Amino acid sequence: MNPIVEREKGLLQLEQRIADLKASVGAQNVDLSAQIAALEDEYAKIQREIFGKLSPWERVSMARHPKRPTTAQYIEKLDQFDELHGDRQFGDDPSVIGGFAKLQGRRVLVVGQQRGRDTKENLRVNFGMVRPEGYRKVRRLFELASRLRLPIVTFIDTKGADPGIGSEERAQSEAIASCLYALAESMVPSVSVVIGEGGSGGALALGMTDRILMLEHSIYSVAGPEAAAAILFADAGKATQAAASLRLCSEDLSEFEVADEVIPEPLGGAHRDREVTIERVLAAVDRHLSELSRSTPDALREARYRKYRRIGAWAASEQAQAQGVVR
Amino acid sequence: MPMPDWLRVRRAQEAQDAAQWTKCPACGELLYKPDLKASHEICVKCGHYFRMHAADRIAMLVDGDFLEVGGEIEPGDPLGWVDRRPYPEKLAGDRQKSGLSEAIVTGFGSMGGFAVGLGVMDFHFRGGTMGTVVGDRVALLFERARERRLPVVIFTASGGARMEEGVLALMQLAKTTNAVERFRREGLYYVAVLTDPTTGGVSASYAFQADVVVAEAHAAIGFAGRRVIEQTIRQKLPENFQRAEFLLEHGAIDMVVARAQLKDTLVRLLDYGVGAAKAASSRNGAAR
Repeated sequence: MNPIVEREKGLLQLEQRIADLKASVGAQNVDLSAQIAALEDEYAKIQREIFGKLSPWERVSMARHPKRPTTAQYIEKLDQFDELHGDRQFGDDPSVIGGFAKLQGRRVLVVGQQRGRDTKENLRVNFGMVRPEGYRKVRRLFELASRLRLPIVTFIDTKGADPGIGSEERAQSEAIASCLYALAESMVPSVSVVIGEGGSGGALALGMTDRILMLEHSIYSVAGPEAAAAILFADAGKATQAAASLRLCSEDLSEFEVADEVIPEPLGGAHRDREVTIERVLAAVDRHLSELSRSTPDALREARYRKYRRIGAWAASEQAQAQGVVR
Repeated sequence: MPMPDWLRVRRAQEAQDAAQWTKCPACGELLYKPDLKASHEICVKCGHYFRMHAADRIAMLVDGDFLEVGGEIEPGDPLGWVDRRPYPEKLAGDRQKSGLSEAIVTGFGSMGGFAVGLGVMDFHFRGGTMGTVVGDRVALLFERARERRLPVVIFTASGGARMEEGVLALMQLAKTTNAVERFRREGLYYVAVLTDPTTGGVSASYAFQADVVVAEAHAAIGFAGRRVIEQTIRQKLPENFQRAEFLLEHGAIDMVVARAQLKDTLVRLLDYGVGAAKAASSRNGAAR
């Protein structure tokens, strides 16, 4: 299914063999250090071969890896968290988690999409696809953050907003539009981190922040590669090709001046060392919040306006003019 | 054997005649184009609404002159995108077919005596999709209208964010939202008119951020495309699903207006939105 999961299998077997050998050294008191070293060399070699240069499609698979840390796991590592529920109108959407929290002693408001790690969890959280009541909860929390002067931290991990009948009946578009609006209005520093998949407007609803951070193997795209392939190549099977065309990897976003920072992952991906990954992410968020907290609310909003006003690509002749005059 | 002249002339004549006629996609009626134009692009037989070109829409709405802004902003090709054709080729084709430089026309004019900033999207250019230029023009319209303290009216018609510009197209939702927010923060007035179709990124940004949200009769409006939903739920959707009337029933929009009544309705909405302030300022002026 997931090509990264497939390719990892050999590595995980090798890892097990090394662990077994090491265990038997302890138990039988024999010298196997040469064998162990050889296996470890091979392990490192295969690891470099697999993960040294990943194709865009493999990067997509990495972003969707079932063992990748999810929003709940990042929140668990915060000093404190008190969840706030519901949109006060219709329901509580479990596909997005939010609440008060403390990060390195700083009071913050945190929200994030919650992807499931298995089928059962995914059914509960709707595969991380947020419904209108979820976005309305998020909007409510964004507004609350502004009122209480709490910085906003968001974790982005969704294929996109829920495309169901009920979501359309309850005005999914308006729900997303009003999340964006709340972020535009907000008077507090905000930082988003794309931890897995950043899919379309459903992701951006949590992402129009002062700073956008991306994990190395996360992706951010106007549409999922499958949907893009279906629309543009009239063939959803061409998703690998669409993944390459869309330029959705973290270094692409950084080149487009959309991502402000790319946070490196352990070799083999975030799931190979969750502790380290989460630590790095939280440290980066804290650093950006510290920088932003030096600005006045008006300056924050002004800088945010300029940040997004500048994003785009113009005809060559236009480029210089657009950057100089219009902005 | 070369084509004889009489045949060439006759073929050309036939082609010209054919260009004067069009078939209604809903009922199949053959319609004479000048008549269709006179009836606001509505089929006289079945009432089907044709998707209007931006120029016709502007002519229908604006009293006199229309001063375009942002018309010089042109798109780049950030991804070097190629599917069935390269993106720049598709843009050139649409430019030629539609006579437009991009999927929205923005500018200033007056409607029923009210000076307004007006944006009209056109589905005939890249399906009305929003890329850098649509984002820029919408932002520019709100910025200029804010300087002049004028209301803004935008007609949306869009398949969503423009895939060929990748994540840069997605970020136009952010650019336009910020522009709407900065404009409205000053107490200025914004009316959106959602026409067929208004979906995806445009519906999830400035279409639904207006003070008053009007929909043209029968327009398809929604976040996810109909096909995407049908594929997800594996069943056919009812005909009225995501239609303007369906949204009205579900409380998502303020009103559904027939095309023939749109201009009068907008003028009344402008009067409510800016008339009171205008009257107050002229009273103050008289008192002094």
